[in-house]
Amino acid sequence: MTKKSGRSGSQNIQGGWKVAFWFLLPSLIGFVVFFLYPSLRGLYLAFTDWNLLGNKGEFIGFDNFERMRDDSQLSNSLWVTLKYVVINIGSQTIISIGIAVMMDRLTKSQFVRSIMLLPWLMPNVVVALLWVWMLDKNLGVVNRMLDWIGIDPINFFTSTSWVIPTVAAVNTWKFMGYTALLIFAGLQTIPKSLYEAGAIDGATEFQMFRRITLPLLRPVLALVLVITIVGSMQVFDVINVATGGFNGQAGGPANASRVVYLYIYQTAVTFNEPGYAAAISLLLVAILMVVTFLQLKLLRAGESDLA
Amino acid sequence: MRGKTFMRLFALLLAVAMVAAACGSSDDGGTATENDGADSEETTSDDDGGEEEAMDDDDGEEAMADATVIDYWLWDGNQQPFYEQCAEDFHAVNPDIAVEVSQFGWGDYWDGLTAAFVTESAPDVFTDHLARYPEFVDSGVLVPLNDYVDADGLDTAQYFPGLAELWTSPDGERYGLPKDFDTIAMVLNETMLADAGITVDDFNSAEWNPTDGGTWGALVQKLSIDTNGVRGDEDGFDASSVATYGFGLEGAFGAFGQTTFSSFAASNGFTAVDGVWADKANYADPALAETIQFFADWIAAGYITPIEDVESLGGTTMFQGGQAASQTNGSWMISTLSGEATEFPVVYAPTPVGPSGARASMFNGLADSITTSAEDPDAAWKWVAYMASPACQELIGAGAVVFPAIPSAAAIAQDAHAANGVDVSAFTTHVDNGTTFLFPITDSASRIEEIMGPIMQQILRGEVKAADVLPDAAAQVDEILAR
Repeated sequence: MTKKSGRSGSQNIQGGWKVAFWFLLPSLIGFVVFFLYPSLRGLYLAFTDWNLLGNKGEFIGFDNFERMRDDSQLSNSLWVTLKYVVINIGSQTIISIGIAVMMDRLTKSQFVRSIMLLPWLMPNVVVALLWVWMLDKNLGVVNRMLDWIGIDPINFFTSTSWVIPTVAAVNTWKFMGYTALLIFAGLQTIPKSLYEAGAIDGATEFQMFRRITLPLLRPVLALVLVITIVGSMQVFDVINVATGGFNGQAGGPANASRVVYLYIYQTAVTFNEPGYAAAISLLLVAILMVVTFLQLKLLRAGESDLA
Repeated sequence: MRGKTFMRLFALLLAVAMVAAACGSSDDGGTATENDGADSEETTSDDDGGEEEAMDDDDGEEAMADATVIDYWLWDGNQQPFYEQCAEDFHAVNPDIAVEVSQFGWGDYWDGLTAAFVTESAPDVFTDHLARYPEFVDSGVLVPLNDYVDADGLDTAQYFPGLAELWTSPDGERYGLPKDFDTIAMVLNETMLADAGITVDDFNSAEWNPTDGGTWGALVQKLSIDTNGVRGDEDGFDASSVATYGFGLEGAFGAFGQTTFSSFAASNGFTAVDGVWADKANYADPALAETIQFFADWIAAGYITPIEDVESLGGTTMFQGGQAASQTNGSWMISTLSGEATEFPVVYAPTPVGPSGARASMFNGLADSITTSAEDPDAAWKWVAYMASPACQELIGAGAVVFPAIPSAAAIAQDAHAANGVDVSAFTTHVDNGTTFLFPITDSASRIEEIMGPIMQQILRGEVKAADVLPDAAAQVDEILAR
């Protein structure tokens, strides 16, 4: 009896595999076609001098990687990316926590909560064009408002010192609602009884934020930071659309906004060196892996203080 | 309550979508500009293109059955109607070959072409640019034309001297037949000139030098007016609050400065590269540093438009908007500058005579190239040869958009401009007097641009001194050319 039921059980599992295969197939095809094959191909291209136009290339070993060592454009792009990530993640995280706490503690309105997501729903290119328009020196509403309070108009996207803070602010505006929503979800996991206890003990709202909310939010915050930093390091769309200017190349002025993703794109498409671009992409992957690993380790993302 | 919230959200989303749509349509105007042979103002071209295409379909269908179809690309919308006319005339002579003309904005054009080569859907024939074709030659995607030229006995001496040679690689292979040329001249706001008591003759005889700007500089100073109405040559001129700049940059400088610094640097004795396909450039030449530094100093002094404004607004827009009293620009912009978009009378003067004792203008020409993707290269050659023949070029010339490469056709263009009341001799004087220099052709133009462009931006912003940074940049450029 037991034998028989065991056999029929295993048969069931075997049949299950078949069904599972057909269910998995669509995403498996997507994975292989759009992820696995391009990744392996990219890995291979990094060791060639493949040319986009001629569609041929030769194996050149580690030449592309050696070239990276002396590439001042590359080190500049990494430095610019770092500046961007620090400004973007710094402002975005602080504002998002503030919004999330307010959504949790101040309002229960679904309408207000939905409105926060609107910027995130807009396509990146539209966001870039909208802000190029609003920040224009002559026509832009922002400079007009600055004029009212006596500040001279600012060339937000064509000044070397303003361009990265400007792009960082635009992306902060775009992603703060989404990030706030993630943190807001994290806040729901904190038991309300803790706040009640705090209130009975006479703690102020700020004290409760510092002593209860922040420590208990840490695992969620760690996850949010991993997601947003990885996303932030891959900034491309807004810079490519907003920083070209007239007769300039995106990434300007004077390389001030040439982030590493843009440099990879330009190396592949504009300078027609996809092999070298693939090598830089591998470097970026390595950097992202190290950053993510360190973050998860340092922020102890796996454990909670909620004893 | 829930329904109401949803409706509000929906209304907001709709509003966002509408803003998005509005932004999308303004995209074309904002991005498709580059200081090359491209006409940035694609005036009315889209409408024309649509109608023409619709018309093509009618007689196209009968021809389509057995005719070879040549796919032809160009980027200048202003010229599209005239090339479509050429295509029709060509089809009348060669009933077995039909030509389909497609137009793309300058930026989309080159990215689209690269993508088309990779996906093997490239056009049979396309308008080629000197800055780009060496990279195509390197990649082996262009058909050499020598055998065709020899077989047809085509006379390459029928074009303006120098134009045909531009399209020949160091190994003697020809990759394009010249279709037009362009030169640079000063563009002047006649109303502002009159207000300052300056005539176009003053500019015709002006001399420039990088030390104090010469008589040209004095004119530019006089044309500059601050917000208190004080002119640049008067005491108390406030450089921090300028209403009208005497001279406006056409765009960012880039490596070659076709419409910006090239005329000035060349009249100061600078040549970017030694000959065509050189493996060394001269960016360390002090003559260049002096010229670029002159522009940076005069921007700081309030006589020339700040580069930040030029990059965000566009140099031609600033000129047309009255923020600059003059600029240098290319001959392909004449119809735009003298057209309805400019609300004041415009006159042209040659670029000033420099320390070398002569004027200078970059001499750039476009050509048509055949791609290796062409299914029927013989038919493609017939179309290219037709476009490079007097029949088509005279038609183009009558359109008064560009100067055709054949002198007789160029004369027709000059007459057509004169009939419109525009004197274009400021542009043609360079060809008549031999004061042109050739567009620097190298096989790494985009890489050089990547090095020089940002450095020029830094110099013009006053962040660094030209003499300090150009030698290092020159070394990087030479390294690329030697590779």
